[in-house]
Amino acid sequence: MSENRNVWIFVEQENGEIADVGLELLAKGRELADTLESEVWALLLGYQVEELAKTIIHHGADRVLVTDHSELELYRTLPYSRVIVDQVQAHQPYIFLLGATPVGRDLAPRVASATSVGLTADCTDLQIGDYLLKKEKREYKNLLYQIRPAFGGNIIATIVNPKTRPQMATVREGVMQPNPPDASLSGEVDIVEPSFQPSDFALEVLSREIRQPTVHLKDAPVIVAGGGGVNSEDESHLIEELAHILGGEVGASRAAVDAGFFSHEHQIGQTGATVRPRLYIAAGISGAIQHSSGMDESNKIISINTDPDAPISKIAHYKIVGDLSEVLPMLIKALREKSI
Amino acid sequence: MTYNSIVLVKQVPDTRNVTGDVMSKKGTMNRSAMPAIFNPEDLNALEMALQVRERYGGTITVLTMGPLKAADILRDALFYGADNVILLSDRKFAGADTQATAYTLKSAIQKIGDYDLIFCGRQAIDGDTAQVGPQVAEKLNLPQITYTESIVSMEIEEMVAKRAFDLGSEMIKCKLPCLLTVVGSADRIRPASARKRIQNKFAAIPTEYPAVLEKWPEFETEKNLEEFLSERNSKITVWTAADLEIDEAQLGLSGSPTQVYKVNYVVLESTESKEIPPTEEGIRELIQELIQEYIVG
Repeated sequence: MSENRNVWIFVEQENGEIADVGLELLAKGRELADTLESEVWALLLGYQVEELAKTIIHHGADRVLVTDHSELELYRTLPYSRVIVDQVQAHQPYIFLLGATPVGRDLAPRVASATSVGLTADCTDLQIGDYLLKKEKREYKNLLYQIRPAFGGNIIATIVNPKTRPQMATVREGVMQPNPPDASLSGEVDIVEPSFQPSDFALEVLSREIRQPTVHLKDAPVIVAGGGGVNSEDESHLIEELAHILGGEVGASRAAVDAGFFSHEHQIGQTGATVRPRLYIAAGISGAIQHSSGMDESNKIISINTDPDAPISKIAHYKIVGDLSEVLPMLIKALREKSI
Repeated sequence: MTYNSIVLVKQVPDTRNVTGDVMSKKGTMNRSAMPAIFNPEDLNALEMALQVRERYGGTITVLTMGPLKAADILRDALFYGADNVILLSDRKFAGADTQATAYTLKSAIQKIGDYDLIFCGRQAIDGDTAQVGPQVAEKLNLPQITYTESIVSMEIEEMVAKRAFDLGSEMIKCKLPCLLTVVGSADRIRPASARKRIQNKFAAIPTEYPAVLEKWPEFETEKNLEEFLSERNSKITVWTAADLEIDEAQLGLSGSPTQVYKVNYVVLESTESKEIPPTEEGIRELIQELIQEYIVG
């Protein structure tokens, strides 16, 4: 029996809204399935969420397995993994992708362990390729290359699971581009009944608070970001002011977040957001790989740094050697003059 | 009601402080130049276990898997107040991915046996996978509370905990026993106690005994030293694969379903960069240029 090559996507939803990463994965899944000449199947779990299946099909799924049940209204590890493990075992997909969100990172290792398969966390790229297992002198064709940073972003590793199926990976939010919905696409919807066990309800959610994001780094055309060179609230306010004038968002490196000048929502880089704005102004950011891996694809980068040899200067298109407390006011002034 | 805890910890290279010594000009990494440290979130996990013991009583066993050098963090764990420490070390464990690691840890936890709570850091800074905690929980058939920030209350058979993630939080009630992964925003580890430092001054694994004897010849023999350490609860127990009921095919590199196909060192591609003088005039010209290129509207 030849194995199927289907690509499964866990499409996460909260309160009936599909998480962005779900749509990003559907686009990537479509691309992988086209290479493999196979199908994209989506898993949708929740309560009163069935109508989302249409949207999922319009984003590229050939089939949606929907489990709609009141016990699935709020995410909980055990009921969700019960439904998913049952489906994975019944259909044996070739690839299974989840978003590297708090939910995906809680769920994926549970499913991988229960099905004894390999799992790669937080991938930033996925490709199809061959792998020669030297010990066996055997070439495995069309494996999933699971590409991710490691060692704090200092290396990029390509991981494969030659033997276990599905090949599982979680994928970082925001690194893949979703396709626009196409209403002409059609697909199947299967309703799957859950078979819960009493032990699946060992945990109860007493309350759940989800804040709407107040920072929209991903779509910002301009980002002004502060780093370890920010030493006072006055300086962080300069960054906010400049971002405001440019119609952009405020970003930050981990150093500036850890120092308390910006909240974690502003963080860019390895442990924060990945961004590609038209203009990125890095103020007092040294540009260690942990930060630059999240912004080095920006269209234009301006660095403001007292150290002319800071790593950021390697990737900056414009380099201003100076103290941000002096340079930022000059930028603000020059822009104000332009707009008059 | 007392609660016995197991805390899973890891010694990691300090990837947050990658300095010039670590990265060569070519962009390759010299791992030995990175200091080995106690994984930061594992310290938050240990602190949470210490607080449970303080309030309710019970014991804390700290467990790690790694090379013999990882005994360093177990010594630290004793200084912080752990009751027992165990190092899983065997060549057969080496090269394990998260699945094989979780399998090995699970086998050791089953050997320890008596536990109500298992704590670990949310993730280790060398791999950032956050997978081992949930995988251990699954293998032990336990519920898991990931992203735990605090324990609100403990009852006889259940607990209430707060989970915290970027854009929200949750209050959870969970049956015991369970596994918790602890985030960095949880309480920081307390300072190591001076009394514990003195009490555990000689803490060592058997391969370190000769070095201890050289420094403190009054112990005379390794046997004396071992007896002394056992009496003081200062012994760092080492378990190998032979000490566990374990399927060797599931250990280490060969027991790992994932394999590293290749590794690329990240080298920033240099961009042609233009230096702008930090003067009003320089800045004005820069803005002019950005407007002409439609970068700034």
